Amino acid sequence: MIIAQQKPVKDIAAMISDCNKVLFVGCAGCVTVCLAGGEKETEILASSLRIMRKLEHKPIETVTFTATRQCDPEYIVALDNMVQEVDAIVSLACGVGVQYLAERFKDKWVVPALDTKFIGGATEHGVWEEKCGLCGDCVLHLTGGICPIIRCSKSILNGPCGGSQYGKCEISKDVDCAWQLIYDRMTALGKLDKLMEIQPPKDWTKSRDGGPRRAVREDVMIG
Amino acid sequence: MKTESKLQQILDNGQFGVTAEIGPPKHSSSEGMRHHAHMLKEHVDATNITDNQTAIVRLSSIAAGVHILDSGIEPIVQMTCRDRNRIAMQSDLMGAYSLGMRNVLCLSGDHQKFGNHPTSKNVYDVDSMQLIQLLRRMRDEKKFFSGEEIKEHEPRFFIGAVANPFADPFEYRVARLEKKVEAGAEFIQTQCIFDMERFERFMEMVRARGIDERVHILAGVTPLKGWRAAKYIQNNVSGMIVPEELVQRLKNAEDPKKEGVDICIEQIKYIKENIKGVHGVHIMAIAWEEVVPEIVERSGLYPRPKVN
Ligand code: SF4
Ligand code: SF4
Repeated sequence: MIIAQQKPVKDIAAMISDCNKVLFVGCAGCVTVCLAGGEKETEILASSLRIMRKLEHKPIETVTFTATRQCDPEYIVALDNMVQEVDAIVSLACGVGVQYLAERFKDKWVVPALDTKFIGGATEHGVWEEKCGLCGDCVLHLTGGICPIIRCSKSILNGPCGGSQYGKCEISKDVDCAWQLIYDRMTALGKLDKLMEIQPPKDWTKSRDGGPRRAVREDVMIG
Repeated sequence: MKTESKLQQILDNGQFGVTAEIGPPKHSSSEGMRHHAHMLKEHVDATNITDNQTAIVRLSSIAAGVHILDSGIEPIVQMTCRDRNRIAMQSDLMGAYSLGMRNVLCLSGDHQKFGNHPTSKNVYDVDSMQLIQLLRRMRDEKKFFSGEEIKEHEPRFFIGAVANPFADPFEYRVARLEKKVEAGAEFIQTQCIFDMERFERFMEMVRARGIDERVHILAGVTPLKGWRAAKYIQNNVSGMIVPEELVQRLKNAEDPKKEGVDICIEQIKYIKENIKGVHGVHIMAIAWEEVVPEIVERSGLYPRPKVN
């Protein structure tokens, strides 16, 4: 899923400092699971801003709503009436949700409350880790199910580099070396010989380097 | 394949090679490098020129190569994968060849986190393994990396790579070295050796796989100026091992600098006499280039063979 984290409240406050009535829109998708922009976080953020503005003697009126998914036009239609009265919309979704709102509500000031960070998952409660770099051409079958693109600091395909020591990456003792993990797992699987194949350079056109991407499934398109 | 590299000639002749390292400056004058090159020229067969080492911006390694060449030493141009994509790499390689450079050393490069622009982007479009293949393709197949033909004047470098016996996973380091040889590396320089016992174990495995017969391995050595330097490397540099007894020996020395040089000479002699499969030494006297001639002489590696 997408992992996001809330921006500092003062930064969000600055984005809407000249607004009197603001709609806060949460999302029940990924950002609910990573505790950044669900219903609960939406209520808390709205009330924090109300308190803040009250203390500044510039009270603000807030409206809150949590969409099933902000990255789906179907679910933001429900906002059509709510947005009429407000000066701005604060989205607590990932960057996709923010853009969907901005696209639909053309005359509204739409701002992000979150920093969208990466694709990953939780390793324990309150800790999330990046797992996929969205390269568009998955190589996990070559690397024992451990992603060298995003989990190796150099995205090396024929690692590990000379900086790998005691299982850690050269950039920090807190970062596991992906290639040590790959080596360990391939050893355990009895597939170490696979690592002797020299992996060719990647075709990055399938990644963001090929320009904005689109996925088309003609068989499911309607009309 | 024979190239015009003098280093290759020496190594292929079975002579024990000696290389050193010159780090370009953080400014635009060639004076210091020329000074160092003049100092080293009778004592080494070739000298590496580092490529924005530790991700600190320095004068270009290829431009530095021109000054080094001009001062009478054969340069080994280092090329990391951190700062250039495959387009820039091939362009720079042809440029370097046109300027008279004949040796290239392929490396991953330190992460930019360690340098003076830690917020920059890193490239790693190709990795060091793939860079070796790229050089081979240009030279042996007369093709750009994409497969497009190089009609004439393909760059014909003697191709080097690095190996780090002190990084992990230890056993896989030997396999990865073999992988580099498969990719086309013709000479290998190792990371600085302080832990001789580990290096011996590494070389044992190298010989067991017959790798030493397919590639020229130059053992990396570094004279240390004192125990603080040793301790720093021990604690802070990923992929290096400094045994505690070495730190203590420097700590107890009356003249630590002399001790550092003595240790380095002992290491070279030991490697040359006792470790089979090593074809030379690579002396990395970091910010201490002036000590190299003494090390070479006292190690019995002077004079250097003459080649034309
Ligand atoms: S190889 Fe590519 S698609 Fe697969 S996990 Fe890594 S970045 Fe994601
Ligand atoms: S130490 Fe490991 S994870 Fe870090 S850059 Fe090198 S190979 Fe990649």
